[in-house]
Amino acid sequence: MNHETESMNQGRRDFLGAAAGVSAAAVAPGMFLHTPVANAAARTEPVTDMHRWGLLVDTSKCADGCTACVDACDTENGLNLQSKPLGDDKLKWQNQRSTWIRKVKLQDNLTGNVTNLPLMCQHCEHPPCVDVCPTGASFKRADGIVMVDRHTCIGCRYCMMACPYKARSFIHEQVDQKLTRAPRGKGCVESCTFCVHRLDSGDISTACADACSAEGHQALVFGDLKDPTGPLRQALAKAPSRQIRQDLGLNTGVRYTGL
Amino acid sequence: MKRIVYREWLVQPQRYWGLLAILAALVAVGGLSALYMEHEGHWVTGMTNSVVWGTPHVFAVFLIIAASGALNVASIGTVFDKKAYKPLARLSGLLAVALLIGGLLVLVLDLGRPDRLLVAMTTYNFSSIFAWNIFLYSGFAAIVIGYLWTMAERKGNHLQKPVGTFAFLWRLALTTGTGSIFGFLVGREAYDAAILAPMFVVMSFAYGLAVYMLVLFYTFDADGRPIGPAMLKRLRNLLGLFVAAILYFTLVYHLTKLYGAKHSDIEAFILINGGLYSAMFWVGWILIGGLLPLGIIYHPELNQQRDWITTACALVIVGGFAAMYVIIVGSQAYPQEMFPGHNVIQFGAPGDVGGRIAPYSPSLPEILLGIGGVGIALLITAVGVRVLQFLPESLADRDVDPHASARPAA
Repeated sequence: MNHETESMNQGRRDFLGAAAGVSAAAVAPGMFLHTPVANAAARTEPVTDMHRWGLLVDTSKCADGCTACVDACDTENGLNLQSKPLGDDKLKWQNQRSTWIRKVKLQDNLTGNVTNLPLMCQHCEHPPCVDVCPTGASFKRADGIVMVDRHTCIGCRYCMMACPYKARSFIHEQVDQKLTRAPRGKGCVESCTFCVHRLDSGDISTACADACSAEGHQALVFGDLKDPTGPLRQALAKAPSRQIRQDLGLNTGVRYTGL
Repeated sequence: MKRIVYREWLVQPQRYWGLLAILAALVAVGGLSALYMEHEGHWVTGMTNSVVWGTPHVFAVFLIIAASGALNVASIGTVFDKKAYKPLARLSGLLAVALLIGGLLVLVLDLGRPDRLLVAMTTYNFSSIFAWNIFLYSGFAAIVIGYLWTMAERKGNHLQKPVGTFAFLWRLALTTGTGSIFGFLVGREAYDAAILAPMFVVMSFAYGLAVYMLVLFYTFDADGRPIGPAMLKRLRNLLGLFVAAILYFTLVYHLTKLYGAKHSDIEAFILINGGLYSAMFWVGWILIGGLLPLGIIYHPELNQQRDWITTACALVIVGGFAAMYVIIVGSQAYPQEMFPGHNVIQFGAPGDVGGRIAPYSPSLPEILLGIGGVGIALLITAVGVRVLQFLPESLADRDVDPHASARPAA
């Protein structure tokens, strides 16, 4: 009996040992792969206000009919995985599906000049959505990114009422497919996160800006507003830029030239 | 003045249980609608990312402001020492709590995540007027229940004035808070106006009193209790004053907006070319909710008849719903102006509205949820007056006002 128990324990030890080895083998390459790229501390330590992330849109370079930024955002954040609920009206669904970036086309009433620009969450320094959120689910990170904590969002939609940019979307339907990096659930509100999952693993880029560059337009420059030598500040220094609804004094993280 | 005697509502059992069954059915249907919306998601409603608050909010906000207004009748008696209003106070408190519960339930059940109510009650962001309102609403219910206790319990009578005064101040804060939910939204043209807060207070006076009068008339008629002509005149004139005040605030609100050039487009939308919303403004808010009731209340013959006064109350309520619809839905349907001096040709994917009026039509579950809220408010009231002594035996002038006989009746 004792002997049997002993051999069983031995078997268990062997199994645990093997399992540990297999786990280590599985995890280790990941660690090695990620360590050189990622700022290893970023995921475990809180973000600081050393950076303030921002985006400059050069509307003169934003091409008419191009939707590269919108498509890239859709793929990056799993927005293309949304499907119209069976029985919903097609037009209504266009206004119910989550949209993080919109291509907007404007015509000057006086001159008739046409301007194209992408419109997304402007990541305000003083975000009205954060002010009005009753639970604090709508929040601004120390690095300036305005986000929604999906664990505390109760779906009251007050932030959507408060946002001057119509940047937020409410998830109207049951979500079947989603990406780990952009979780999504029925009844919560969401908006552009400046591809925060990239930033938090040390990759200073956004899907929209990358896609715009890949198309050769270079209309979007993403970077750190606090880094005077960085690409964003240098681009901002070259031409006058403005904020949408500048009158509200929200000090947005997204700026536009040629508007 | 005679001692006021309160009695349970002595309506015939068949009629009472019939009424309860109807109200319970409304509540059940409302509950089922909420379950359906919760299960499927909000795509089954008419709401979109443009019109984010729909018909449930129209009902909820109406009920909540009517709740604070219903308490006014008690406040006039307690805070302003108008003896004639004292017998009316208990029903006033009951209706205030019942309407508030109805409104809050609709509001909560329309949340994207109503299951997270506990989060809303434990995690606060005090820069949000919504978070403040959670305290204002729950505090209101608690204070009014305490206020009712001071009325009903002899040992608590001496506290009636301080508690009543506190409740009055609290209800002013509450409605100011509700108005401020809209008034502080800087990003939307129709809101962003501090006058919305006092306008909501005045609206609450009128809507709350209209609901109060209807409930009073119905319950008194049902078991044959008298209401004296002087009492009727008092309530009727008070309603007239409040309705006129709404019209005044509406005028000032729109004049203020019209004065600034940047608001001319939204004003044109609400007042002239907004289709359904303009119609609701002029026909619903102004005509049905304002001018017609005023015409009845100040008409020398019609205002003598209970049926016409009842009609005026009903019109005020219909107008109130129209006003809420224009304020809440109409203001969202109008596109947010982000690019002054520009015409928005395209806004997102085709079908996504930006520079255009957002479509919205209420779906059946939304309407049923709202009606369910009304049902629960009336159900609480019906049970309350039946089991507890909320209703005075008589509101005949000689029982209420010792000097009634010395004055002409109307």
